[in-house]
Amino acid sequence: MLDGFFASAVVQNALLIGGAAAALSGVIGVFTVLRGQSFAGHALADISSSGGALAVLLGISPMAGFFGLGLLGSLGLGQRRRADSDLAAGIMLGAGLGCTALLLHFAVSQRGVAGAAVTIMFGSLFAAPPGAGGWALGGALAGLLFIACLYRPLLLASLSEELAALRGAKVRLLGFLFLVMLALSVTLSAMSVGAILSTALLIGPAATALRLTRRPAAAMALAAVLGMVCAWGGVALAYASYSWTPGRVWPVSFFITACVLLTYAAVAWRRG
Amino acid sequence: MFAPYLLSGWIVASLVAFAAGFTGFFVVLRRESFAAHALPMAAFPGAAAATLFGVAQWAGLLVAALLGAALLLWLKRGQRRDAATALTLVALLGLGALFLSLSGRYANAVYGLLFGQVFASGPADIPPALVLAVLVPLALLLFFRPLLLGALSPDFVAGGARGDVLFLILLALAASFALPVTGALLVFSLMTGPAGAACTLAASPRAGLLLSAMLALALIWSALALSVATGWPVGFFTGVLAALLFLAARMWRTARPVPRWPGPA
Repeated sequence: MLDGFFASAVVQNALLIGGAAAALSGVIGVFTVLRGQSFAGHALADISSSGGALAVLLGISPMAGFFGLGLLGSLGLGQRRRADSDLAAGIMLGAGLGCTALLLHFAVSQRGVAGAAVTIMFGSLFAAPPGAGGWALGGALAGLLFIACLYRPLLLASLSEELAALRGAKVRLLGFLFLVMLALSVTLSAMSVGAILSTALLIGPAATALRLTRRPAAAMALAAVLGMVCAWGGVALAYASYSWTPGRVWPVSFFITACVLLTYAAVAWRRG
Repeated sequence: MFAPYLLSGWIVASLVAFAAGFTGFFVVLRRESFAAHALPMAAFPGAAAATLFGVAQWAGLLVAALLGAALLLWLKRGQRRDAATALTLVALLGLGALFLSLSGRYANAVYGLLFGQVFASGPADIPPALVLAVLVPLALLLFFRPLLLGALSPDFVAGGARGDVLFLILLALAASFALPVTGALLVFSLMTGPAGAACTLAASPRAGLLLSAMLALALIWSALALSVATGWPVGFFTGVLAALLFLAARMWRTARPVPRWPGPA
């Protein structure tokens, strides 16, 4: 059984995309939790879903669609100070999902792709385009490199904006660059678990890691590893589920989400 | 535009919009937009589990909504509010994805629950919507003062945590019952756009509450009319018009600043 698992090109692609998305999301997620921007992260994912729908409609690469609209979204969200970002993120999320609804409506009526809503919002890692694994790996490495260059000022600005500004950091520019990186990680996660579930990979492992250690660098490494274990475990469980209910595969996004949440629950339970 | 087969859609959507306008006022004041997005998603596992296990839909929705609110309250104890909300959201959606795929009507159900098919509703959907449109505003008016004070100065009100529990449970119940008919997008846009505009414009909390409900009705009626005229989805017009409404209110207020009650931002 395991031979078949690793020999399958579809599974290799899924493992590559899932692992790359989880590694980048773990690192970005720790910043997101520290900055209190979980809602911005989720709003970006929902906005980028209209890019996914646009890609289906035009027949272009879904990754380009997700990232393009994610960039637009981060431009919009970057205008706001953090204090009144809750409502603004909500309003933009609604407008973004509205556009997704319209584009999906066109995609279904003109191109007849009935399952597009599920693929975009809830993902289907086994149906990812064959070349996407390499792009995902490249994107994740570029994102990690970028974060490594910005590490110290970004961390300081995330913990205390005032202190960072006092020390001469360009806080608003950093905030905007962070949103761009957030859009990149959301794109990769949307390819793996879908736009609306991408928050699982972004926040779950990071929140778990931050309960285990208070040191940011350690939390980021831990979150990346936890996320990758969950993503790969989810792919393996979904592959195995084919023999539980004959002829039907349970959604791989469910298994990844379940692994992430159970890890969090176990840690939260032990820590009280 | 008011053809008989569309009439149920108009009535149900108006009733839901009225309730959403009321709830949205407190959502905006308490800065709980994220919770207003996350908790209604209990409709995904609720409706799907009801189909899968063959129980009544309202029972599935009730259990799922209460479980969602309980999960959020438990997570909040050891976690920042926004991260706890994010975890609740993915827990509900992940379970929903499983149940929907096992019950075998994945694609249609996902589109319907997310973006809504208001005009597919029939006369049977009106009574529950009517109950919602009466009970939710009534409960909010009954607890108007504690909810308002708790939103504006959380440290000032003793028992603020109780108000929090009450509000989240009400939010979860109201929204997840509306959701299978109207879709997540419609409910959420109706709760944030009109209320955000009302809080920006109104001179007092009471006026804000009323204005929020009125604007929500105006919004849903324009969206429905445009949808019938063009044949495009209602959710698109609701989402985009809500954003435009909010932007217009903000620009109006920037052009004519007046001293006002200490609402949000």
